[in-house]
Amino acid sequence: MSWFHKLVPSKIRTEASTKSAIPEGLWSKCPACNAILYRSEVERNLEVCPKCGHHMRISGRKRLHLFLDPGNRLEIGEGLTPVDPLKFKDSKKYKDRLVQAQKATGEKDALIVVAGQLQGRPLVAAAFNFEFMGGSMGSVVGERFVRGVNHCLEQGIPLVVFSASGGARMQESLLSLFQMAKTSAALARLADAGIPFISVMTDPTMGGVSASLAMLGDINIGEPGALIGFAGPRVIEQTVREKLPEGFQRSEFLLNHGALDMIVDRREMREKIASLLSILAFEKPAAASIEAVVVEKRVERPEMLAAAYTSLSAEELTGNE
Amino acid sequence: MDLKFLDFEQPIAELEAKIEELKRVGFDNEINISEEIARLEEKSRKLTESVFSSLTAWQISQISRHPQRPYTLDYLDLMFDEFHELHGDRGFADDPAIVGGLAKLDGQPVLIIGHQKGRDTKEKIYRNFGMPRPEGYRKALRLMHLAERFRLPILCFIDTPGAYPGIGAEERGQSEAIARNLFEMSKLRTPIICTVVGEGGSGGALAIGVGDRLLMLQYSTYSVISPEGCASILWKSADKAELAAEAMGITSDRLQELELIDEIVPEPLGGAHRDRKQTGDNLKAALKRHLEELRRTPIETLLQQRYERLMSYGIFEEAVA
Repeated sequence: MSWFHKLVPSKIRTEASTKSAIPEGLWSKCPACNAILYRSEVERNLEVCPKCGHHMRISGRKRLHLFLDPGNRLEIGEGLTPVDPLKFKDSKKYKDRLVQAQKATGEKDALIVVAGQLQGRPLVAAAFNFEFMGGSMGSVVGERFVRGVNHCLEQGIPLVVFSASGGARMQESLLSLFQMAKTSAALARLADAGIPFISVMTDPTMGGVSASLAMLGDINIGEPGALIGFAGPRVIEQTVREKLPEGFQRSEFLLNHGALDMIVDRREMREKIASLLSILAFEKPAAASIEAVVVEKRVERPEMLAAAYTSLSAEELTGNE
Repeated sequence: MDLKFLDFEQPIAELEAKIEELKRVGFDNEINISEEIARLEEKSRKLTESVFSSLTAWQISQISRHPQRPYTLDYLDLMFDEFHELHGDRGFADDPAIVGGLAKLDGQPVLIIGHQKGRDTKEKIYRNFGMPRPEGYRKALRLMHLAERFRLPILCFIDTPGAYPGIGAEERGQSEAIARNLFEMSKLRTPIICTVVGEGGSGGALAIGVGDRLLMLQYSTYSVISPEGCASILWKSADKAELAAEAMGITSDRLQELELIDEIVPEPLGGAHRDRKQTGDNLKAALKRHLEELRRTPIETLLQQRYERLMSYGIFEEAVA
């Protein structure tokens, strides 16, 4: 104990142990610039480092909460839960991995789809949860995505998707691979109906998700510094046996190579997408084309959409953060 | 051509070597050993039957990559009357890992697209081991649109370890090229039949794999990631590829159980390379049968069925709200 400590009355004396009593999560460190940041300030800043502008990863639910107007939100395909069709087991059972991911995230699977509004404009927004098995795409992700697209077709409203995924989910094997074809085909219908789809690629967007729904936006947006690509950097390095160029597979690299339309800062995302949609969705899509698609779909599975909605409040949306 | 034997075929290889030796001896000698040879040949056939009646997924994976397995250009020789290869994506290059062109199948005009591997070292490098770059997929798409314009059915032959993980491939938008093919193939106004003839490796396979029918040769494989890739990620060791192959269910019979493929085309005893002509005849008969069915289907019905088929991919549970 230092001499100063002894002078201080015991009432205001601080014990060494009280240091660790500071609530965890009060401070956080920016993974890019190592700055120590006040947690609530980072949160106010939409999880963007106030010092260096690094965009931190956020959960799908938080993403949608930040993006959509408060209230008037309907979650689509919430009742869908993953199963283990192959009885897949590596060092762990797929079933156990699912339970673990569900516990850790409070989500049933890696994609959340919500019908809501952006500055008063109705739309469907979907976001991947990277923390749920690397945001990997399996049967539930594909089905939720398609139901989101179907809702857009039915209502004639735009689609915005925030990707964050390592790719297809190996534990569902070929079923996962085929989700790439499934989601892309649904987007083809959306395009034919003249309904805009804005794809926002966040860190990271790789593999089967990048090579299907994410790259098919009418407008492709990247968040600053996001890793976006097909093959992972390590695999490429091992294959070509040379050092990868600076900034390889980052948003800025993709913009330069023509894969993205623009890079948008998270703090300006709402404004930007609202403006883009005010132009792209200025004219309502021709009713006939929508009608045709929706009628077909109704014949196919009449009970589907009605069962898929559960109304959801803003509080519930943020409940897991 | 000398037959090459895989590790698990060694007992067969030894027997075959003995037969060869006896045949040579028989030439020089006056002793009649033809009875002995016939006996051994029968024994070899029985042994092959027994080995091939209980193959593991990993063994089938090795047959699908057998160095003497017929490739796309071999099937063109075996099954088609004529073939005119067409080159280039009109944007950047011609990718020799994918071949395509106009052909006739018993007088019926069709368009062919297929992965192409190389036989000797020089050709393997030229064909990039059957791993396409973006221009390969873009060439394929260009040719598919050609087929659509001139009402030619499309036959795709899938045989690739996967899309090439290279720097240039990423720079030129590998993800977008694959995604675009999935998107366009889902609504291409002409019949498409896809056949996995060797390795169906991930997104690189799927990029020419969306259509109205999906066939697999008996000893081909189709998976979301190579067994080695899966093993190195989930088991942290590529040596566990055997386990990964089993777990992912990559063989034709497992995929038929999952209702992901339409038909298994039988291969001759010992695999396609043991009797190329027989393999070609089997595949040709199957293709002609499916082509005939598809030709009779009105295009709108065909497209609706293709879409429903894509939407049916996925296994999950749904809680009733």
